[in-house]
Amino acid sequence: MAIAVGLAAAIGGCLGILVHRRPRATGVALAVTGGFLTIPSYALFGLLVPVLGLGGAPTVVALTMYGLLPIVRNTIVGLRAVDPAVIESARASGMGRRERLLRIELPLAWPVILAGLRVATLILVGVAAIAAAVNGPGLGEDIFAGLARIGSATALDLVLGGILGIVALALLFDLVYAAVGRATISRGLRG
Amino acid sequence: MAETPISPAAPPPAAAIRLEAVTKRYRGQAEPAVDALTLEVRPRELLVMVGPSGCGKTTTLRLINRLLDADEGWITVDGEDTASLDPDALRTRIGYVIQQVGLFPHMTVAENVATVPRVLGWDRARIARRAEELLELLGLDPADFGDRFPRELSGGQAQRVGVARAMAADPPILLMDEPFGSLDPITRARLQDELLRIQGSLAKTILLVTHDIDEAIKLGDRIAIVDRGARALQVAAPERVLSDPADDYVREFVGSGAALRRLGLLRVRELEPGHWPALPRAAERHVVRDELIASGRPAALLLDEAGRPWRWVTARELERGGEPGTEPGVPASAELTPAATLHEALDAIVRGGVGAAAAVGDGGALHAIVDLEAIMAAADPSRPSQRTAGGEEAGLVRS
Ligand SMILES: Nc1ncnc2c1ncn2[C@@H]1O[C@H](COP(=O)(O)OP(=O)(O)OP(=O)(O)O)[C@@H](O)[C@H]1O
Ligand SMILES: [Mg+2]
Repeated sequence: MAIAVGLAAAIGGCLGILVHRRPRATGVALAVTGGFLTIPSYALFGLLVPVLGLGGAPTVVALTMYGLLPIVRNTIVGLRAVDPAVIESARASGMGRRERLLRIELPLAWPVILAGLRVATLILVGVAAIAAAVNGPGLGEDIFAGLARIGSATALDLVLGGILGIVALALLFDLVYAAVGRATISRGLRG
Repeated sequence: MAETPISPAAPPPAAAIRLEAVTKRYRGQAEPAVDALTLEVRPRELLVMVGPSGCGKTTTLRLINRLLDADEGWITVDGEDTASLDPDALRTRIGYVIQQVGLFPHMTVAENVATVPRVLGWDRARIARRAEELLELLGLDPADFGDRFPRELSGGQAQRVGVARAMAADPPILLMDEPFGSLDPITRARLQDELLRIQGSLAKTILLVTHDIDEAIKLGDRIAIVDRGARALQVAAPERVLSDPADDYVREFVGSGAALRRLGLLRVRELEPGHWPALPRAAERHVVRDELIASGRPAALLLDEAGRPWRWVTARELERGGEPGTEPGVPASAELTPAATLHEALDAIVRGGVGAAAAVGDGGALHAIVDLEAIMAAADPSRPSQRTAGGEEAGLVRS
């Protein structure tokens, strides 16, 4: 799952940077990544398994696809929200396109991008549970194992354990993101 | 930039910035924002471009450092055609204070100031030294302000940082877009004074933009009055624009208070002093009274032992004698200096209530007495002086 978040961040971030100045491209990027989210997970796995086989690969690809929208969207929103006066100052200071992006625009958009990463992570924690269905690793295995044996003594324990595990994981990630935010967002941007 | 000695035979210095029939049309706009503008900024002068909102001032500045490219005409900076230069390299040679200040909110004040030196790859120690130096130059204590973020600054402090950032790499040219806009009048006046002080010692080539004619008159070595499309109607020294406006538009723009505005340009030391009796306080009363009556003035100034203005007295007060233990007349204010503007002198005269005010030199000794007549004569040179030529010099005191 961490791999999927990382991939979604890399792909989504780059996509966002590429399209944020072009309204038409922005529309397409958001429509496509939004479209991914509307594909029911079973259907998506169903499409991917024949191509990639069972196991880790389809899980990672599917999760990456689900994680893209919030990251792309927030990257675009964050970059667009950068004050044009600030960009004008950066240009007037002789900063090239790359330098401007790395030193000015991305640091300013970072709080919004980070919020996108957090949402993507939470979505993926939820979706990852289903990964079990295609034999990928995940807490979902326990839930499905429990559901499969419903009625037996241990079934409820397994299901509850799985669900609690997922909730705990979500909370844990939230804490991690809060800490990352504190460490990486400039004090000048915090209220 | 090396200083070249000016010999009588030397050709006039090449323009630092020259715009030649420059036109810029924004997409979708019928009227060009800048319409065939020809303008020259001389080396080391502070040229103020003044005109109404939307007349193309910001556009002109953005054309010079190539944040925009001109549709027609050409622009040279230090004799080089800007179209042939790398825009980023050009921009590191031209400091730009943008209208909206535009500090980088995620960087500290010191980091903001260090922007261009960092782009130029200066080493860390030099950058840090330079940032401190500039904050001090602009009256911000580096120890206090260096580590603050822009959101922790007042409007006036932010504008100072904006100016410091533009000056960081010591560019020979500065473009300043309403650098003191949206400030209260007191802060604005203080920052204007500081700019004049800094310019007095650094002598940069500055093109400053404003829509405030008073600011233009106060700051400019020359001012360029522009209309829609940045059309330059008159480019001249401020005194010239006030006394001899090029056309009706300029006259209207300068406003009905042109004569009054000239008072902000002239200094007390340039005045012909008024002939008022000024005597030591120890002088016999009848001596003072005789001089006062001979002068035809309503009051005489008494000076203390150090020659500082002490009290103004009228003939009646002298005659009455006064009770022992009380001093005659009213205390004389001694706030006016030879460097004060006539505006300030007029203020002092009106507040003093005597019809004149004492200007003092170093140490507080009387320099000259300034009166309304002298101010009126200076404000309107065309007006014949009412002073009698070769008048009685007896009462005139000059340092
Ligand atoms: N990016 C732009 N796109 C289209 N039109 C623009 C753009 N920027 C400015 N204009 C127009 O060009 C004209 C000149 O604008 P400019 O910003 O140069 O005026 P200004 O003299 O600086 O005004 P102000 O004193 O209000 O700052 C205005 O009519 C403005 O509406
Ligand atoms: Mg403007």
